[in-house]
Parts: sequence; C-alpha cells; structure tokens
Amino acid sequence: MPDLGPVLLSLQLAAVTTVLLLVLALPLAWWLATTRSVFKPVAEAVTALPLVLPPTVIGFYLLIALNPQAPIGAFWVSMTGDTLTFSFAGLVVGSIVYSLPFMVQPLQSAFENVGKGPVEAAAMLRASKLDAFFNVVLPQSMRGLITACVLTFAHTIGEFGVVLMIGGNIPERTRVVSIAIFEHVEEQSYAEAHWLSAGMLVFAFLVLIAVYVLNRSWRVRTG
Amino acid sequence: MSGPVSSLTFSLLLERGDFRLRLDETIALDGVTAVFGRSGSGKTSLLRAIAGLDRPAQGRIVFGDDVWFDTDTRRSIKPHRRGAGYLFQDARLFGHLSVAGNLAFADKRSGHQGDAIAFEDVVAATGLSDLLSRNIGGLSGGERQRVALARTLLARPRLLLLDEPLTGLDRAAKREIMPYLRDVPARFGIPALFVSHDIEEVTALANRILVLDDGKVTAHGALGDVLQTLDLGPLLADGTTGSLIEATVTGHDTALGVTQLDLAGTPLSLPLDERLERGRTVRLFVDASDVALATARPEGISIRNILPGQIKAIEKNASRPYADIVVAIGKGQLRARITRASLAELGLMEGLEVFALVKTMSFAD
Repeated sequence: MPDLGPVLLSLQLAAVTTVLLLVLALPLAWWLATTRSVFKPVAEAVTALPLVLPPTVIGFYLLIALNPQAPIGAFWVSMTGDTLTFSFAGLVVGSIVYSLPFMVQPLQSAFENVGKGPVEAAAMLRASKLDAFFNVVLPQSMRGLITACVLTFAHTIGEFGVVLMIGGNIPERTRVVSIAIFEHVEEQSYAEAHWLSAGMLVFAFLVLIAVYVLNRSWRVRTG
Repeated sequence: MSGPVSSLTFSLLLERGDFRLRLDETIALDGVTAVFGRSGSGKTSLLRAIAGLDRPAQGRIVFGDDVWFDTDTRRSIKPHRRGAGYLFQDARLFGHLSVAGNLAFADKRSGHQGDAIAFEDVVAATGLSDLLSRNIGGLSGGERQRVALARTLLARPRLLLLDEPLTGLDRAAKREIMPYLRDVPARFGIPALFVSHDIEEVTALANRILVLDDGKVTAHGALGDVLQTLDLGPLLADGTTGSLIEATVTGHDTALGVTQLDLAGTPLSLPLDERLERGRTVRLFVDASDVALATARPEGISIRNILPGQIKAIEKNASRPYADIVVAIGKGQLRARITRASLAELGLMEGLEVFALVKTMSFAD
C-alpha cells in the first residue's frame, strides 16, 4: 500500500474547491444565462479559457500573481502569515481558476433550460428574484447542479500542471495524487505509481458513469 | 390592505422592433374587461407592461392610488410588489412541485392578505380537491389552467391579468375552463383584464371591452355598447366575418321549439333556449355569409327572420368576388356578405331601405 497522504489531500482540495466554486459560480452562471449585456461573450470566453490554455500557462500567471512580492500574495501573507504559493490555500485558488468552466457551463445551460417563464410566473406570485432563484430555478436545475459539482470535483482531483507550477511537491501541503504519481515514476517506484494510477482510473471512470447516468443529454460545451 | 380599486390608468409607449404600441386609457375596474384584437395588435404587450414583466419605453401606469410605473419620476414598482396576478397562456406551473405544492407556493407568499379568499374555497371553486397530490406532468391542458387559476387566486391578487388562457386548448378543455373563468373573478371580487382574439370568448366572459388594432385603441366601453357599433369584420379570423346585435327575449314556444325575441320591433325566432328569461337582453352573433339582402319584402320563403333596415356602408374590394354590406337595424347593425354581381344587379347603394334575410343566428353568450 502506498502512502495515503496524497489521496486525502487530493480529496480535501477537491471538496474545498467544489464548495467555494459553487458559491462563486451560481451568480456568475445565472448572470450569463440571463444577461443581454454586450459583455456576455467576453465573460463567456474568459470563463472558458482554462479549457484551452495549457495548465502551465495558468500556473505561470498564478505564480506571478500569488507570490509574496505581488500585491495579492503580499496581502495574503499580511492577513494569514502564510504564503499563497507552495501552500494548500494557493492550490485552492489555482483549482478554482482551473475548474471554473466545469462548474459554470453546466449551471449556465441548466439555467438557460429553465428559461424566464417560471421566473416570471414566480414574480407574479409575489416571489422576489432571489426567492424565485432559490425556490424555482435551482430546484428545476438540480441535474445540472449535480453534474457541475461532480465534474468540478473530478477535474480538480485530476489536476497536475497548475499544482506543480504553484504548489510544488510538499508532503501534507501540496503533494496531491497526481504529483505523487509523477514522483513515484521519477523514482522508478512503479508499484506505488500503479496503485495510485489504477485508483485514479477507476475513480474517473466511476465519476463519468455517474455523470452520464445522471444526465444522458448533457454534452461538454467547450470554447 | 387597500379597499376595492376603481380604475387603472395607463399612458404608454411600447416599442418592439417595428411594432409600436401607443395607449392612453383609463379602465374602470369593474368585473372583467376584455382586451380584444387580432394577434399582433399589442394585447399581450399591454398586459405584460401592466404586470411589470416588460418595461415601456415611456409612460405611466397607475392602479387606483398606486403609481406602478412612471418614466418621469423614474419609478417602476417590481412585478412581485404590484399585487397583480397573471394567468399565462401556457400555465407555467412549477414542474418540480405537485399541484398542492404549486398552490402552497402562492399561498405562502401572499401573506394571506384579503381573508375573503380562503385556500379551501379556491380549491373548491376550481374543482381541484381530487388533484392536489398529483404531479404536474400528468395533468391535461384544462387541468393545468385550473391549477394555474387557483394558484393565481391564492397569491391574493388585486388585479387579475388573463392572457389568452383558453388559446391552445381543445374544445372540450375550453368548455371545462370557461365556467371557472366566468365565475371566479366575480366570486372573489377581483377585477380582471382578459386578453383574447376570440369574440365568442369575449362575449361569454367580459362585461367591458377595449379593442386594440395595430397598437392603438379603436373602441372602449361597456361590451354591449361597443359591440353595437363596432365593425367586427376586420377583427375576426380570416375568411369569417359577422356582427353582434342585441335583441330582447319575448317568450318561448316549446311546441315549435323556438325562443322568440324582439329586435327593433321585428320578431325573431331562434332555437329554443329556455334558460333565457323573458325581458332579458341577449347578444346574437350573425355570420355575414348567413345574411341575404332583398330590396322588397320577399313572400313565400322559408327564412323566418327578416329584418328591415337601411344600408349604411358598402365595402368592396376589386380583388375579391364579394362585397360586405353594413345594414343599420334599430340601434345596431348587421353585416351581409353578398357577391359583387348581386350588388350590381340589385342596384344597392348607401341609404337604400332593404330587408336582411338571416338564415341562422346564434346566442353569443
């Protein structure tokens, strides 16, 4: 049996990322689904960028933004005493950026599917916009919401390049499963690499089965 | 909670691409006011503006003493705070909730204002007692509209906006819904605006009418008064044209199976309808193709309903073989559709005294 530390760290990272990203993506996806603003295509393109950019590019820019000499990184150090680079918090920030489209796009298409009809109906029954969102739109978007969370969780588990760029390989802090596999292979510890890789393969397969069973009609919308 | 509201005033300019709706009216909120016109005449746009679902380019909407919308003072009350109920053509029930869940959604948010409307009464009045536990997916079209109507009532609206709730339903479903729509506004004392392009629905449900044509109001008033003078021709569906005329019930002849009426001194007989009490004024719908004209009173003819009148207008179009003749009869008018060949042969002209021979008439309400 290999060391389970990286597995726990990966699960923890994925869980925290999914929860935070859900909170951020709900308003963003709702705005994208309902706005008629001329900036909508721009916002959609920005949201889809992590799908097409190499993770090293995202990691590189995050490294520049989050390092303690940069404003954001310095602010974080003054607030928490810890750096954003080469830390768990930094991995969460990186994962949120990297997995953004996997949360936003299924939510956006679920909201677009609900349409404005039920929202107008709710308004005419004295429901405010927020009330209508939580009690009509969200319940009617449940499949999209679960799909978004499952994909975000799985995609975060599978992250490698961004983590390597901004987190490095620090046990118990930034050494997630994908990094651990990379290191095992470097050290030619193939048995450990096999354990973790097979585990990832089974996990990814089960997640995708779950997503397709959940919603057979959902297709990945890529930029 | 404010008392009964007497009027709704709107002066609006609404623009949608090429379409322009310009209105300046005050509606007396008393019973059901029909907003009648062809599709594309701006009926639904008007209703959506009143509800607050669409924002007019310019104007003012005042419900009683409440200013709902005013571009001059940049005031726009949010739709959910206006207290208007809206019955959509497509019902728009919430699919994630049961029938009872849909009703509870409205009931909870109404703050139970106006105790005149009790949950049980609404369920009974809309005949939903047996459907409460059902899912929305399994309901028929008629059942959906009944649930939507009950749900709207349970929001305790101060004004009902009915947007073609019968359109898209089959004949049986329409018959199912019609009595509820007719009785409910009066029973719960809520004034209603009823949008429709179907004159039969309008005569059955409304007591006042606002006629819209091409984004403008062409007539407005009590239903009877407007229908007496209104030229329905251009407003009815393509291919049919007709008129509505008022007559008074004078009696019933069960042996012959007819109800007798009086129209401006001329006796009429229609198929027996014993529910109509003597002395009541009824509206009759007459299809223009069922009216023939004669320059002298014909003898030896099977048609019983022969009405003397005077030609008020002749409408003909060179591209069509027929002409429409508008004949003034008493205070009302009848429209007759005859061929242009007959028109020439009989020498018909405005002001000429003629006899209108009506093959069939039906009670419009």
